[in-house]
Amino acid sequence: MLEIIQEYWLLLLIGEYPHGKLGGLAMTLIISFVSLIVTFPCAVLIALARTGKPGIIQSIAYGFVHNVRAIPLLMLIFWAYFAVPMIIGFPIDAAFTLIVAIVIYQTAYLGEIIAAGITGLPKGQREAAAALGLGYIPTMFRIILPQAIFNVIPGIVNQLTTIIKESSLGSIIAVSELSYVMLQVNSNEVTKPLQIFGILAAVYFVLCFALSQATNWLERRISSRRTGQVVVEAVA
Amino acid sequence: MGYQFDFGKVLQGEYLELILEGLQATMVVFVFSWIIGLVLAVVLTVIRAVEFKPTQFLVAAFVEYHRNVPMLIQLFVWYFGFAVVLPDAVNDYLNDLGAEIGYAIVALALNKAAYMSEDFRSGLRSIHPAQMEAARSIGLTYLGAMCWVILPQAWRLALPALLGQTLILFKGTSLAAAIGVAELSYQARYIEEQSFRIFEAYGIATAIYMLISFAIMWLSSILSKRYELRVK
Repeated sequence: MLEIIQEYWLLLLIGEYPHGKLGGLAMTLIISFVSLIVTFPCAVLIALARTGKPGIIQSIAYGFVHNVRAIPLLMLIFWAYFAVPMIIGFPIDAAFTLIVAIVIYQTAYLGEIIAAGITGLPKGQREAAAALGLGYIPTMFRIILPQAIFNVIPGIVNQLTTIIKESSLGSIIAVSELSYVMLQVNSNEVTKPLQIFGILAAVYFVLCFALSQATNWLERRISSRRTGQVVVEAVA
Repeated sequence: MGYQFDFGKVLQGEYLELILEGLQATMVVFVFSWIIGLVLAVVLTVIRAVEFKPTQFLVAAFVEYHRNVPMLIQLFVWYFGFAVVLPDAVNDYLNDLGAEIGYAIVALALNKAAYMSEDFRSGLRSIHPAQMEAARSIGLTYLGAMCWVILPQAWRLALPALLGQTLILFKGTSLAAAIGVAELSYQARYIEEQSFRIFEAYGIATAIYMLISFAIMWLSSILSKRYELRVK
């Protein structure tokens, strides 16, 4: 196990960079963060549409969320893999199609999380804003969303964990992220699959476990900010 | 863009057969891993409820592993990793039987067992402890109180989350394609490579996935309403 780490640690971290393509853990993190950053504004729009007045926009948002939730991510990735180059008219990097698929998929889920944050706020917030004479846009962007998004920060961090895990599907369409690099290491070293996939699982575990602990911590912090009480942390 | 749609080509003869075979494999993986996962989840919940630190820690470690490692990697660990541990004779035997689908079922079932046991646990935790005390004080035994007072409420509280996991599991069966299980998305990709009918092959597979997902969502909403806990 140690020899594998000694021999391949650089490949695992950054792929073949600087002699070739960037890959490995760095690629996984880049894909995940870019996906989350692009997803966020899309998800806010979906959440606004979902919580707005009933009408055609709300129906479209509902249809989008409902349909995306019914499709496996792998099918979306296959679609993006073929459809995106066709739509824009020239071939692009597989990493880009992976990001497109994850953004579409996560917009549905993150949108629901932010929508839950908006509906979770007391009605008085909107009424007070209306009483001050604020219109819809300032009410949403200056009163409702800052509070709603603050309250769902744990949910957003949790989605980042999900995105990191989902980015492993990139190995199926040959995106040179962490899993793909390790699959290649596995085909070099045919005799040690248990160690190689053990290392791979351990890397994901450390990353995602740390993030989910951070989620728990944020949840406690935010609920104590919100209720004005100090939640006593267990000392152990 | 001059692309002629021809669903007929994919929906007949050899290709139709492949799609149906794929659908069958998808359903086999889904149903078996759902049943095994649910049974294991109940076992895990019981083990974790017993106040004994070492076993509780093991269950917690099992759950955290399955929650923090991508499902695809869990499949790889079973498919690539576990085969090396087995003797060659066993491997040959398993490969004749179709080992991929077996590994896919094991990996998905263990994954769902971890998630579902967490749902059961949070269902149990949201029943106020006073209910147990009240049940015991009117003369029920611990088991009696569990069977007649706590569990009838706890499973209803856990139901929506369990149904959500069912949908996630159904979509997750598509990952089995990565270890060579000839299920729906694998067949869609194969047909696309053979016939160059990208939109038809993926369109039909996507439509089948959506149809079954909608059926699961519809059933979920009916069941959740039917068994909603009304008294709190």
